[in-house]
Amino acid sequence: MMLIPCPWCGPRNEIEFHYGGQADVRCPADPQAVSDEDWATFLFFRDNPKGVFTERWSHVAGCRRWFTVRRDTDSNRVLPSEGTQQARTVTT
Amino acid sequence: MAEPYAESPLATYTDVLERSSVRGQLRIAEEPFLAQVTVRVDPKSPAAERVGTALGGMLPNQSGEVVLAGDLTVLWLGPDEWLVVGPEGRDRDVQERVTAALDGEHGAVVDVSANRTVLSVTGPRARDLLNKGCALDLHPRAFESNRCAQTMLARAGVILVRRDAEAPSFWLLVRSSFARYLADWLVDAAEEYRSGGGEP
Amino acid sequence: MSNEFRLADGGRIDRDRPVRFDFEGQQLQGYAGDTLASALLANGVHRVATSNKYGRPRGIMAAGAEEPNALVQVEAPFPEPMLPATTVEVRDGLQASGLPGKGRLATEEDPARYDTMHTHCDVLVVGAGPAGLAAALSAARSGARVIVADADTEFGGSLLGSGQTLDGRAATDWVRRTTAELAEHPEVRLLPRTTVFGYYEDNYLVALEHRGDDASSRQRIWRMRAREVVLATGAHERPLVFSGNDRPGIMLAGSARTYVNRYAVLPGRRAVVFTTNDSAYAAAIDLHDAGVEIVAVVDAREVVSTYWASLCVERGIRIHASTGVVSTSGTDRITSAHLSSLGPEGNHPTSVRQVVTCDLLLVSGGWNPAVHLHSQARGSVRFAEDIGAFVPDGTDQAARSAGAVTGVLATGKCLTSGAEAGRDAARAAGFDAELARVPDSKHAPILAARHLWVVPGSGDSDGTTQFVDLARDATVADVRRAVAAGMDNVEHVKRYTTIGTAHDQGKTSGTLSTGVIAEVLGVGVGELGTTTFRAPYTPVTFAALAGRERGDLYDPVRVTAMHDWHVEQGALFENVGQWKRPWYYPHSGEDMETAVLRECYAVRSGVGMQDVSTLGKIDVQGPDAAEFLDLVYTNKMSTLKVGRIRYGLMCTADGMVFDDGTVTRTAEHRYLISTTSGGAANVLAHLEDWLQTEWTHLRVHLTSVTEHWATIALVGPESRQVLADVAPELDVDNDGFGFMTWQEGNVAGVHARVCRISFSGELAFEINVPWWYGREVWEVLMAGGRPYGITPYGTETMHVLRAEKGFPIVGQDTDGTITPHDLGMSWAVSKKKDDFLGKRSFSRPDTARTDRKHLVGLLPEDTNLVLPEGAQIVEQPELGEPPVPMLGHVTSSYRSAVLGSGFALAVVKGGRDRVGETLYSPVGDRPVPVTVTEPVFYDKEGARRDG
Repeated sequence: MMLIPCPWCGPRNEIEFHYGGQADVRCPADPQAVSDEDWATFLFFRDNPKGVFTERWSHVAGCRRWFTVRRDTDSNRVLPSEGTQQARTVTT
Repeated sequence: MAEPYAESPLATYTDVLERSSVRGQLRIAEEPFLAQVTVRVDPKSPAAERVGTALGGMLPNQSGEVVLAGDLTVLWLGPDEWLVVGPEGRDRDVQERVTAALDGEHGAVVDVSANRTVLSVTGPRARDLLNKGCALDLHPRAFESNRCAQTMLARAGVILVRRDAEAPSFWLLVRSSFARYLADWLVDAAEEYRSGGGEP
Repeated sequence: MSNEFRLADGGRIDRDRPVRFDFEGQQLQGYAGDTLASALLANGVHRVATSNKYGRPRGIMAAGAEEPNALVQVEAPFPEPMLPATTVEVRDGLQASGLPGKGRLATEEDPARYDTMHTHCDVLVVGAGPAGLAAALSAARSGARVIVADADTEFGGSLLGSGQTLDGRAATDWVRRTTAELAEHPEVRLLPRTTVFGYYEDNYLVALEHRGDDASSRQRIWRMRAREVVLATGAHERPLVFSGNDRPGIMLAGSARTYVNRYAVLPGRRAVVFTTNDSAYAAAIDLHDAGVEIVAVVDAREVVSTYWASLCVERGIRIHASTGVVSTSGTDRITSAHLSSLGPEGNHPTSVRQVVTCDLLLVSGGWNPAVHLHSQARGSVRFAEDIGAFVPDGTDQAARSAGAVTGVLATGKCLTSGAEAGRDAARAAGFDAELARVPDSKHAPILAARHLWVVPGSGDSDGTTQFVDLARDATVADVRRAVAAGMDNVEHVKRYTTIGTAHDQGKTSGTLSTGVIAEVLGVGVGELGTTTFRAPYTPVTFAALAGRERGDLYDPVRVTAMHDWHVEQGALFENVGQWKRPWYYPHSGEDMETAVLRECYAVRSGVGMQDVSTLGKIDVQGPDAAEFLDLVYTNKMSTLKVGRIRYGLMCTADGMVFDDGTVTRTAEHRYLISTTSGGAANVLAHLEDWLQTEWTHLRVHLTSVTEHWATIALVGPESRQVLADVAPELDVDNDGFGFMTWQEGNVAGVHARVCRISFSGELAFEINVPWWYGREVWEVLMAGGRPYGITPYGTETMHVLRAEKGFPIVGQDTDGTITPHDLGMSWAVSKKKDDFLGKRSFSRPDTARTDRKHLVGLLPEDTNLVLPEGAQIVEQPELGEPPVPMLGHVTSSYRSAVLGSGFALAVVKGGRDRVGETLYSPVGDRPVPVTVTEPVFYDKEGARRDG
């Protein structure tokens, strides 16, 4: 049972959270202006690294806030981060 | 016309909860019909200050902080979200006061009085009982009086409030549809104390 | 046969509390404090079980959880299929038999209760042997919150069975005093009979407490979050590999010592001791002093310890250096050991042999630190040459190891390392901890051990009776075969041979198998490493893991304010997510089909009422609420006027339908939106996601109010009259209360929001009152509707009615691959808005295909037939050779009262272009013909909605 550091409520058990996949996958500002290929890349393609991964979590059983976490996918350890890490992009 | 009949989510559980209490050890009861109003406002805005004043205290700005303001209890639920809990029937007054204090600035005031009901769990066994289904550290060193947390109790989401005056005392705010499940769970978890440890 | 092997005094059993138990039909006696194994040995029973592959007789090898052999089936007090006799406490009425290879699950329901407790501590000490107790003492005195867990019935670990002294007194005195002090500390929790079996991320450890059959719960799972962990898990003695090393009467030397000292049991009368290291000498001395004849100590080393040699000489015990036991005789019990002198390490032995009769053979191949939990926590291990085993080598968790698990075997060093670890752990947790004083212990000089993986010159040269893993009946021959097949690492050999995969997870065989594999491969043991250690450390029942989350508490049952009424009226219920919703209300003698046809008819011809409180409700507030809803719904919500309601579809960014519901504008900057019953939480999370991360400029707040409202759908041509009677203040006329508008007013004396929306095509009102008044208003409406024949109806009738109108249900007629256009709902997709979620995806090549699956209606040619939901749709009446091209499938299917036939909704490739065509659906053994239709079956022109 991992502890996920909610920037608002503090560390809580992972079952209180909803996972949101890779962070910082920016939705194109004007979706109508991008090519089909770029749009598909935004919708469907994500990194899957072994090592440090920046990802989104939402504290659904708590304050319902979305935030980002850096986690080492190899050791499954959450890496320390500074301050509140409000998530900046959405999950599709 | 007669006053319409209101029924709290655990109205039919009064006896069951009473029976599952253990004198001197544990008391479980519903505190029905409490007024509950959700308040959303930017905590750094002047409006937030006005809202605090209107409620008779400051809006708590620390995670899990609880502020008591007269007969109102203000729970921190998120960085810009609070739940004001008060005696039955105070919902309209609280909404009006907060709305007036917002004075047109962006915020939200929602009556959620019937959305959740409140269970009080009191007594020396309260902490053990809750920790059968709650993974939070409820030791007084970690979860002091007048702290609250939104978390899971067994499989239901709850707002947990520690309200110790003398004996350990908790409020569980649970969504009305989950109230019976949670009451069933509490009664089941309390069985251990009924069959053994209680004073006669 | 009554305790003839029990010593007259000594031991930690309670001689005042004899217990009677049954083993394989024999009534035997033991004492409180005995394990089943010690009680059996006291009665001279060595053969306990039969091995599962070769059916060989097996005895008691160990005295703890590492036991590979002595598995029993417990029949009473409750059947349990496979327990090591060494971990079963004897009690009156215990009934057990040796495991005949495989266990047998109980056929009756387990009446016992199992539960769970979450807890937190500053320092968790795993293991209460000398190191663990010393650690706990250092930590506890600092005021830290400490938990000490140990699998055994009492604390003390190796000190309970070693008979040694501390500070010149019995070591058990120190254990008693230490345990008593710990129990006095208010922030210390002592958990005997508790096995920590799993070590997960962020110092989350899970333990199983055996609380006993008389406790409020038989077993309790502890879920513990520790700031710091001290692993004082000790070590397991390693057996030796020689021919016939599996016979009953062959026992680990340290375990034999435990039987003598702790249980006052002689495991035999005439013993041979075979060792590669010093530790077995202590066993030889203790057994001798207790009255066992030690015929020979057989030491594989050329040079033996002078310290131990002199103690042996004093007792007339003969030591054979450079010698090994190469084979044994006996069937149900060992009768002799065959000795052969061993050459120096690596050399072949001479063939000189000596046969020694005995009824007990003690073996010691060294000690394996119990690194399981350390390793589960992703700590690394290294091969320690001095002890010939793997020891912890660092971890990223806030944990430290102490005592024998680190490879130190002398009691004094275990105590010191424990005290230090406890102090360090408490300090790391922020406490001002001091080193607890540890008692003085006598310590013998330790002479280096010989690492002997396979005893050379064994009687059986093919290795078929040289057992590496007794629990799995896996031998040196199996390892050789694995290596010959090309396996060259321990993980592969493990899977090929099954070594280490039994109930004991290789506690005695793990390191041994690495050594044997290394020897066969001709490489170093350290190079090969260990297999991965995984939870659980010892077997855990599913019942314990489930705890109280079974039966009614398995998952929350969500109910509405009107639930009891539905129950009283005999409704049957359907699970919708976690909700219990009335499915239909059968009258006596009615089956489901009859009841549903009756309910449908009542709604279409008179008036019906449904509890729709389960629909999700979200309050949307803020100056940008309209702009926000324009972005999340496919249609335009900003143009909705206050007082009006609009149906809305939500898509995800990929253009697929995500949820649907109504949007009610309650004020200029405020809306109330509804979601599907099962989708409420997901919709809120989805909306918060976009609001918080992409559209942070929008001033909008979302609040879930699902349970604040009890919601009643009053439906049918007579609904207006019923409402008018019950809510005389409301203007219910069509002109005053138009379709898709709402009003506030008193209904049955309760302030309500009433909406004119319809999910059936009939005139309908949706009445919302605070939860508390739900049942009252419901009953008043029922009473008011009685003159009109008001009929309560459930979800099944609702499904039929909406399907007759071609209204899809998200999650039933859609599955995440269906767009609004696929549903034929392009009318709900705005062409005017610049953007909304999903819009860009509608022009993706795949989404824009014209041959996508469309929602259509199907009418079976046989009007009596109701197609099964999920049935495939094919082109031809004959299926032909596979693969048969599938055109789609049935998503909803019912019998219709108004149509007088079965009908269905389906998604079919290019379906809208196939209206009128005959397709086929394989039902039973052959495809049946169906006609493709528009999805709207009833009241196509919508004449009925205004009554």
